[in-house]
Amino acid sequence: MKKIVALMLVAVMVLALVACGDKGEDGEKKGDGLIKVGIINNDPNESGYRTANVNDLKNTFTKANGYEASFFYSLKNEEQIAQADKFITDEVDYLLISAAGTAGWDATLKKAKEAGIKVILFDRTIDADASLYEASIVSDMAKEGQTAVDWLKGKNLETYNIIHIQGAMGSAAQIGRSGALDTEVAANANWNIVVQQTAEWSADKAEEIVQSVINSGESFNVIYAENDDMAKGAMAALDKAGITHGKDGDVIIMGYDCNTYALEYLLKGDWNYDGQCNPFQAGYLDDIIKKLEKGESVQKTIIMDEKGFDCETITEDDVKKYGI
Amino acid sequence: MEENKTPEINPEEKKVVQAPSKPAKSLDWKAIFGKMLHSQMLIPVVAMLALLIFNLVNDPSFFAIKYGPNSVGDNVFTGNLITIFDKGAELAILAIGMTLVTAACGGQDISVGATIAIAGSAILRVVRGSEISPDTLQNPLILGFLVGCLAVIACGAFNGILVAYFKIQPMVATLILFTAGRSIAAWINQNQLPNIKDPTFGYYGGFIPGVPIATPIIISIICFIVIALVLRFTTLGLYAQSVGINEQSSRLNGINPTLIKFITFVILGICVAVCGLIKVSRISTINYSSVAKDIEMDAILAVALGGNALGGGKFSIKASVLGAYVIQLLTTTLYTKKVNSAAISAYKAIVVIILVVISAPVVRELFAKLKVKLSKKMARAGKKVA
Amino acid sequence: MRNKIVLEMKNIYKTFGTVKALQGVEFRLAEGEIHALMGENGAGKSTLIKVLTGVYSKDEGDVILNGKAVSIHSPQDAQKVGISTVYQEITLCPNLSVAENMYIGREKGVWQKWGSMNAGATKILESLQIPASASQQLGTCSIAVQQMVAIARAVDMECKVLILDEPTSSLDEQEVAKLFKLMRELKERGVGIIFVTHFLEQVYEVCDMITVLRDGKYVGEYEIADLPRIKLVSTMLGKDLDDLSDIKSDAKEYICGEAPKVLEAFDLVSDAGIKPFDFYIKKGEVNGFTGLLGSGRSECVRSIFGADRVLGGKVLRDGKPVKIKAPIDAMKAGIAYLPEDRKNDGIVGDLSVRDNIVLALQVLRGYFRPISKEEAYKFADEYIKLLEIKTASADTPIKSLSGGNQQKVILARWLLTHPEYLILDEPTRGIDVGTKIEIQKLVLKLAGEGMAVTFISSETDEMLRTCSRLVVMRDRKVVGELTGGDLTQSKIMETIAGGGVEDGRE
Repeated sequence: MKKIVALMLVAVMVLALVACGDKGEDGEKKGDGLIKVGIINNDPNESGYRTANVNDLKNTFTKANGYEASFFYSLKNEEQIAQADKFITDEVDYLLISAAGTAGWDATLKKAKEAGIKVILFDRTIDADASLYEASIVSDMAKEGQTAVDWLKGKNLETYNIIHIQGAMGSAAQIGRSGALDTEVAANANWNIVVQQTAEWSADKAEEIVQSVINSGESFNVIYAENDDMAKGAMAALDKAGITHGKDGDVIIMGYDCNTYALEYLLKGDWNYDGQCNPFQAGYLDDIIKKLEKGESVQKTIIMDEKGFDCETITEDDVKKYGI
Repeated sequence: MEENKTPEINPEEKKVVQAPSKPAKSLDWKAIFGKMLHSQMLIPVVAMLALLIFNLVNDPSFFAIKYGPNSVGDNVFTGNLITIFDKGAELAILAIGMTLVTAACGGQDISVGATIAIAGSAILRVVRGSEISPDTLQNPLILGFLVGCLAVIACGAFNGILVAYFKIQPMVATLILFTAGRSIAAWINQNQLPNIKDPTFGYYGGFIPGVPIATPIIISIICFIVIALVLRFTTLGLYAQSVGINEQSSRLNGINPTLIKFITFVILGICVAVCGLIKVSRISTINYSSVAKDIEMDAILAVALGGNALGGGKFSIKASVLGAYVIQLLTTTLYTKKVNSAAISAYKAIVVIILVVISAPVVRELFAKLKVKLSKKMARAGKKVA
Repeated sequence: MRNKIVLEMKNIYKTFGTVKALQGVEFRLAEGEIHALMGENGAGKSTLIKVLTGVYSKDEGDVILNGKAVSIHSPQDAQKVGISTVYQEITLCPNLSVAENMYIGREKGVWQKWGSMNAGATKILESLQIPASASQQLGTCSIAVQQMVAIARAVDMECKVLILDEPTSSLDEQEVAKLFKLMRELKERGVGIIFVTHFLEQVYEVCDMITVLRDGKYVGEYEIADLPRIKLVSTMLGKDLDDLSDIKSDAKEYICGEAPKVLEAFDLVSDAGIKPFDFYIKKGEVNGFTGLLGSGRSECVRSIFGADRVLGGKVLRDGKPVKIKAPIDAMKAGIAYLPEDRKNDGIVGDLSVRDNIVLALQVLRGYFRPISKEEAYKFADEYIKLLEIKTASADTPIKSLSGGNQQKVILARWLLTHPEYLILDEPTRGIDVGTKIEIQKLVLKLAGEGMAVTFISSETDEMLRTCSRLVVMRDRKVVGELTGGDLTQSKIMETIAGGGVEDGRE
C-alpha cells in the first residue's frame, strides 16, 4: 500500500517535470559550425505573452539560422538554476536566460564565465554583477505604463474616474504599469481612482470587480486593466449592464499585451488603447549573438521598442503583425 | 462502547425526551429551534444571515436589483444578488460533485481547477475547428461540450481508479492532475489562445437573448434539479454515505464500494465539464494558468462550510451549495467594500479558522454544557415563579 | 476476610443530558482481589469505569484511593494515581509497533529511549507468552493478540488498580486461560482487578467478589460463594429466570430429516487461508461451525457468502449451481450473513437505525428503486417492535445504541431481506444475557418457520442449545461433524482436540 502511494508520488513528480516542458530537448551532438545555445525560459502556458515569446525563440533559433538550441521551461528559479548548471556542463556557447526569480544566480553565472560561456538575459533581469553577463534585453514596464498614461492624459477628459485593475501584486509588470498611473493620479486633482484592485491577471475576477462598482452605482469613465484578459472581463461586466465603451462609448477601456483579440477589439472600436509588452525578443538576441561572434561590443542593457495602440489609428496590418 | 449513554447529545433523542414536558404553545418553536440548532444547515445559514445583515445595516442598496438593457439591447436583471448567483454558479455546481466525492471517498479532489481548464480547452478545441479564432462556431457547441465532458470524465475516471481501486488517498491521487492538468489543457490547443467571436458561444456565461436571467444561474438551477432527481430516484446517496462511513460493512451488504467511489468521481467530472463550459463561455477564450485558479480550495471550503465531515460519511448537498453561495456572498461583499482582493483569501482563512474551531468536539461539548446550565437556570427561575 | 480496601467509589452520579446513567452507585475494591462488575447492557458498567478512569467527569460522589479522596479528570490522571484500563474495544494505534503501543504516552520527559523500549517490551511479551514481536506493527496482529498487548501495556504500568473491560470477548479459551493466569499472578502481587465481562463462567472461575448494577443503580456487593449463577442472572435482570432451561428443550425437538438441501458446497475455498471444505444445510435446519478462535469457522461462512475472495469450489442453491463471487451474489441467492465483527463489518455507524435496517434490502432492490422514506420508517418500526430494539427513534444513529441493540438492528437488516439461509457469526458476542437468550429463541423460531440457519458462537453451550448439527474445525480445516447424541460439550472438546475421534477423517 505504502509502496503504491510512493510510486504514485514518483509518477506525480515525473508528470510534473513533463508538465514543466520538454525537459531540455537535448542538443548533445556537437554541431557542424552551429552555435550552441541553451535557452532557459518560463512556462509557455503562463500566458499568451509567454507563448508568443517561446514560439518566437523557437522560430529564430533553428538549424537553418545556424543555431543548435536546447530549451528548458520552468516557473521555478531553482529548477532553472539547476538546468543552467547542466547547460554549462554541456558546454553550450551561449546561455540565454529569462529568470523566474531575480536572486540566486551569482554562482551559476560565475561558473559560466569561467567556462567561457556567454550569458544573455532576456525579458527578466537578475540581481547580479553586470560583468557576469554580456547583455540584458528588457521590457521597461514603467515606460509601458508611462506610454499608456500619457495616451490617457492626451484624451483631455474633464475628470478621470478610473477603475484600476491590477495584475498579480508584486510582479514586474504590475509594479511598472501601476506606478505610472499612481503617479499621475497623485499629481492631478481631476484624476480619481474609483477602485484599485488586483484581479491577479484573471478575466473572471476583473469582471467581478467591475460588476461590484456598477452595482454600487458609482460613476466611472476609464478602465485601466493591466492585461488584456482583465480588460476583457471588465468589458463583459459593462456589456451585462448595458454600459457603452470604446471609441464612441462612455467608458474608455485600456489593456496591455497586444493579444490578437485585444487588437481586434481596438479595430472594432470596442476598446480604446492597448499597450504592447514586446515578446518578440529573439531578433534582439540573434543580433547580439551575431555581433559577439564577430567580436563587436554590444550595449549592456537593451530596452525594447514597445508600442501603444489607439483604436483611432490601429490598422489591420498592425493586428496581424503585433497580435500574439 | 457498550452503554447507550454516550456523551454526544443526540438531537432526536433529546427531542423525544423533551417534547412532552413542554407546554404545547412553545413546543413548536422549541422543536424548530432545536432542530435548527442541530441541523447541518446551521453553520451556512447563520453565516449567510450574518453577511446579509451586515450588508443590510451597512448599505441597503447592496440588495438593489436593476432591470435594464444590456449592450445588445435585451432587458436583463443586474445587481449584487444576481452577481452572487451568477458568479457563484461554478462553485455551487462543483460543490455538488465535491460533496459526493468527499462523502464516499473521505477525501477531496484537488484537481478540479486544472480539469476545468482541460474541459474548457477541449470545448474550445472542438468549436474552433481548424482556425484559432474563428468568427463562427466551426463545430456545434453541443459536440464541444460532449467532448469536454468526455475529457474530464476521463480525468474523473483516472482519479476514481486511483482512489477506488488502488486505494490511494484522494488528495494524493488528484495531485497528479492538479500538477499536470493545466499543461494538458494548454497542450490540447497546442498552447494557442483560441478566441471564439461567435456571439452564441457567449450565451452560456452571459445571457441568452430574450432571457433576463444570467445563463450560469439557469445552468446551476438545472444542475441542482438533476442532482436532486438523481438522489431522489436512485440509491446513490445512501450508498455513498454508507461507503464513506464503513466501507467493509457496505461491501458485506452487497454494495460495491469501488464502483460507488468511481461513480462519485465521474459525477464530479460532469460538474467540472459544466463549469468548464461556463468559464470559457464567459470570456470566449481561455487562460490556461488563471482559469478557475484556486477554485478547488473554495469548493472544499464550501463542503466544509456545509457542515459535511471532510472524512466522509453523512452529507448534505443543500448545505454545501449554500456554503458555496456564502463564499461568493463574502467575496462580493468584500469587493463592494473595496477590500483589496488580495486580502480576500485572508478573510476566507478567517472563516475557515472559525469553522474549524466551532466544529471541534471540544467547543461543541462546551456549548452543550452551557446549554444544560442555562436550561437548569431557567428551570430554577421557573420554579421560583411557580 | 477481605484485604485492605484500596479503592472506594461512593454515591456516584452521572447524567448525560436527560439520561441518568449512574444514580448513587457504590463500589469497593480490596487489594489482591478480582472483583466482577456485572450488569446488563446499559446498566452503567462502562460509564462507571469511564468515570473512574477520568474519561467522563462525575456529577456527584467521591472516589477514594488508599484512603484519600482523589479527583481524576483524564485518563492520564488515572494512570498517575495507579489506575490502568484495558478496554473492550482496542484503543491502541494499529499503525504503530507493538512496543510503541506499550510505551506511548508514558514517556518520562520528552525523550523516549527507543532501544530500551523494544527490549523492555520484548521482556514483557515473553513473560506473558504473547505471540508478538516488539517491533511488529500492531495492526498486523490478530485482534486477540492486540487485546493481549493492551493488557501487557496496562500490566507494565505498575498499577494498583487494573480495570479489564470485556477483555475476553475476542480471546479463545487458551488465551483466556493465559489471561486468567496473569490475573491471578497480579492478584498475588496485591493488585486489585476490576473485571467486566458477560461470560458468567469466567466470573465464577476467577473472581472473588461481584458487584451488580442495574439501570444505573447499585444493586449490591456479593461474595462469589453467596451468589450462585442463577441467582446472579436473576439479580442482574431483576427477575427470576427459567428461560435458560426452556430453550434447551425447544432445541432438540426439531428433526430435519428428509428436508431438501437449501445450500450445498463442494471443495469451497477462499483466499482467507482455509482448506477446501464441503458443506450442506437443509431447510429448517440449524447447524453451526465450532472450533477454537482462529480455527477458520468464520472464514468458512464468509466464503459461502462471498465475503472473502472465493478461489474455487462449487455451490448449489436448491440443487442448482450458483456463482457467488461477491456478497451481492449471495444476497440475490437468498443468503444473509451477520458478520462476526459488528463494529467493522456490521454497522454503518453514523447512519440512522432506519437506514441500517433497510440497507441490505435496498441493495437487493437495486440502484433505481430507492425505498421511500415512509416505507423505510414502516420497515424500521416493524422490526424495532418485533425485535424489541431499544432506541430513542428510528432516526437515532446506530452507533449510539448499545452493542446488543446494534446486533438486533443488523439482524433486522437481514431478516428484512427474507433470506432462505441465514448465517449468524457470533451474534451473541459482547451482548447481555437477556438479549443472548432472545436471539437464540429467535433462531429456533426462524428455523421452525423453515429458514436454514448457521449459528456460530464461542460459547459452546449456546451452540449445543440451538444447533442440531455441528461442523467442527481445527487449524482451518473441517475435522468432524457431530449430530444427535454426540452433541455434548465433552465430545466437542474431544473432536477439537483431535484425540480419539471416531470418524478420524484426518
